[in-house]
Amino acid sequence: MNVVLWICATILSISAFLALIRLVKGPSILERVIATDVLLLIVSAALCIEMTVNRHTNNLMFVVLACLVGFVGSVTVSRYVTDRRNA
Amino acid sequence: MLDTMIDIVAGTFMILGCLMSLAAGIGMLRFPDLLSRMHAATKPQVLGLFLLLSALGLELRSWAVIPVLLLAWIVQLLTAPVSAHMVGRAGYRTRHLKRVTLVADELALVVEEAANRENTAHGQKPGSNRTDFID
Repeated sequence: MNVVLWICATILSISAFLALIRLVKGPSILERVIATDVLLLIVSAALCIEMTVNRHTNNLMFVVLACLVGFVGSVTVSRYVTDRRNA
Repeated sequence: MLDTMIDIVAGTFMILGCLMSLAAGIGMLRFPDLLSRMHAATKPQVLGLFLLLSALGLELRSWAVIPVLLLAWIVQLLTAPVSAHMVGRAGYRTRHLKRVTLVADELALVVEEAANRENTAHGQKPGSNRTDFID
């Protein structure tokens, strides 16, 4: 399990770094929303892995809450994205 | 013996679930426009979370925790399409897409009809202030 933990931590760190690059570079706000969503998913994946390695379920509600927060965030932002060139 | 087998399966699921996140990260960096980046970003949302949660269920070895894991997965399954729909629609309306990469575009007709209806309702000439899509 220890080896798996290290492999997963490395992969998740690399993907979080890539998502952060997109978050900084992203040409529009929608790309930043997607990158934030991916970052939130990586955090919930890390919570899942921590629970799996240490065999407890303390963080399971945080995983559910992470999806709900990501949902509300992306829906709210994309609801208020309008075309500035036409307005 | 069975314990080791379950451990191996759970470890494989964990690594595969993490690779989904890596695929999302690489795809978000390398894909050209918003819609294809969205396609890459939704990989860890459903399959990745499913793999990680089933690894957790296998590792805990109790039936009592399965409904909670299912709840977490179903919440994700219900919210992911809705938010992807909203983001994609907003991206389409604000023209954050490369129209060359599209194979079919069924939304263009609907958007045009809506614009025409709005213009006639406000007493303007149909399609008067509609700028063309920018590639």
